[in-house]
Amino acid sequence: MAAQAPALASTKVSRRTVFKGLWKDNVARAALIVLACFYAAAALADLITPYGMEFNDAAYGNAPATLIHIQDEKGNLTAPYVFHMQQENDPVTYKQIFVILPDTKYPIKLFCKGDPYKLLGLIPMDLHLFGVDAPARIFLLGADMNGRDNFSRLFFGAQKSLTIGFLGLLIAFPIGIIYGGISGYLGGLADNFMMRFAEAIMSIPSLYLLIGLAAILPLGMSSSQRFALITVILSFISWASLARVIRGMVLSIREEEFVQAAKSLGMTDFQNIIKHVIPQTSSYLIIAATLQVPNFILAESGLSLIGLGIQQPDASWGNMLKAALDQPNELVNQPWLLAPGFLIFVTILCFNCVGDVLRDVLDPKLAGGR
Amino acid sequence: MSTFLYIIKRFIQAVPLLFIISIIAFTLLKCTPIDPLASMRANPSVSRSAIKAEEERLGLNKPAPVQYFYWAGNALQGNLGISSTGAPVIERLTAHAGNTLMLNILVILLTWTIALPSGIYAAVHRAQFIDKVFGILSAIGMSMPAFLLAFLLMVLALVTGLLPIGGLTSADFGELSFFDQVIDIAHHLIIPVTVLTCISLAGIQRQVRSNLLDVLRADYVRTARAKGLPENRVIYKHALRNAINPLITILGFEFAGLLSGAALTEMVLSYPGLGKLTLDAMLTKDMNMVMASIMMGAIMLVTGNLFADVLLKFTDPRISHD
Repeated sequence: MAAQAPALASTKVSRRTVFKGLWKDNVARAALIVLACFYAAAALADLITPYGMEFNDAAYGNAPATLIHIQDEKGNLTAPYVFHMQQENDPVTYKQIFVILPDTKYPIKLFCKGDPYKLLGLIPMDLHLFGVDAPARIFLLGADMNGRDNFSRLFFGAQKSLTIGFLGLLIAFPIGIIYGGISGYLGGLADNFMMRFAEAIMSIPSLYLLIGLAAILPLGMSSSQRFALITVILSFISWASLARVIRGMVLSIREEEFVQAAKSLGMTDFQNIIKHVIPQTSSYLIIAATLQVPNFILAESGLSLIGLGIQQPDASWGNMLKAALDQPNELVNQPWLLAPGFLIFVTILCFNCVGDVLRDVLDPKLAGGR
Repeated sequence: MSTFLYIIKRFIQAVPLLFIISIIAFTLLKCTPIDPLASMRANPSVSRSAIKAEEERLGLNKPAPVQYFYWAGNALQGNLGISSTGAPVIERLTAHAGNTLMLNILVILLTWTIALPSGIYAAVHRAQFIDKVFGILSAIGMSMPAFLLAFLLMVLALVTGLLPIGGLTSADFGELSFFDQVIDIAHHLIIPVTVLTCISLAGIQRQVRSNLLDVLRADYVRTARAKGLPENRVIYKHALRNAINPLITILGFEFAGLLSGAALTEMVLSYPGLGKLTLDAMLTKDMNMVMASIMMGAIMLVTGNLFADVLLKFTDPRISHD
């Protein structure tokens, strides 16, 4: 026990320096702040957004972004207001158009009452940060074909897209670590066999494997079941590469004297792996985890984009982008359809920036001349 | 001779790997609640006897392990069954795989011709303005989802009207002369090639730069400089050659990454490649086709890695593979 105390203290100190190192770097600090904002927005989605995830107004199907007026007819500044819009067909082209009904002004209200919800899943509330009275709608990024608010759904989509990375890590990492650890520690025939299996998983291009795995999902599941199973699927494709690296590290660590010493003192193999070998790989693991989250986000959005992931009416950034895939010609008229794509990009960019700086801080050997 | 033996050995090692992959893929598809012949049964133009023959051939009335050996035996003889359209799977598979291969080879060639000079330039002019610009560009490129870039270029194509927005051939492709056909395909390839090149370029440019920087710190480079060699010779003759080797391993991995990235891009741009084929087959529940295209993707990936290993053996005589 006495021998363990200083080791514990030293990890505590280094943890603080790691965060300090991250915070000192301008890019990493900006990335951390952006990510914090994203996660806060996802957590408080119900409060910030004017409408709930499943709220729809069929009369507003494919409506363009609502214009917010801040001037009255005479050009004087007033409190912001919007107009009610009505769907009509263009008499010449028969194209669906939306005309503004300029009779009534609907002022934008702050902290107004709207759809009831439970904040953070606990506190029942019906306050929304902003909104307008029905029948007018405030759709800042237009509505999808079912008349749902794209802007609100971005927040609800974030709840799924941003958490799936971490949930996936929680499954993939233990599998990868234990599999790689056992394989490397045992060596010989077992190692050979286990690694061939991991290689086989890695040798199927990941998207093809994803498509195959997504096909197993039975139809008619509840949305939370589906979310959970998709997380499992995404973890299934990412544990193998981690297991391989861990195995390589374990192969060299198990020759170290302290591991041999523990073995000769009668520690069982499994205990030895968990207690002595795996902690040695921790700094690699932290870096790998940060850099793996973007892959999960990307895989989820890819899968949802092609219609095999999160299903309507649930929102995820990937399945919101599906609107762009289904009607590419609309992209010119409705550029906001790509908004979820940009959020995915910004999120991944932030994770990559944090990961890069984290690598420099934790493992200067890997820094690669930067 | 040893090189030749090595190639043979690696080739033989790839066989059990493919065998395991096929078992995994087969088990996976057996777990689906889908009747593999459902779409054929629903298609009135597929005759009843053809379905019967297919049932017999797949051994659907027998237990799953037996079915696997039926499948494997048939596949080894080049018989991958018939797709839901009634045509043999292998025809469409080879055509689509060829398209994907063409796309990926073009992308790899283009990527490396851009990545090498820009990586070298960035390493030599480290921490200068251009290096920083490259650094920002590659950070953006590494974080950019391929499908988003595809969408963006599609918008550009729609607005300007200069480029076709999907597919590989125009509607009147069959009536064009050979020369015009080549032009037409090249025209359609511009967007997919640009998308995938931008994505893979970013990572490789970074690798070239950091590898070269590592080598430039080595003792033998200092020696070369100390004995008065011109800087160009030091960089291109002494440093670059040593910096290239790790990159060749990356080339193999890159091919793997490209196959997956390309699959999504193919779907977004409706490019008739392996990825789109797999997805369409999955959506129409054409299980013969799904199984065959997953295997095809794996074969291409394994071959790509094999190719990189062999290339490495040629370029780096120090490596002894055991």
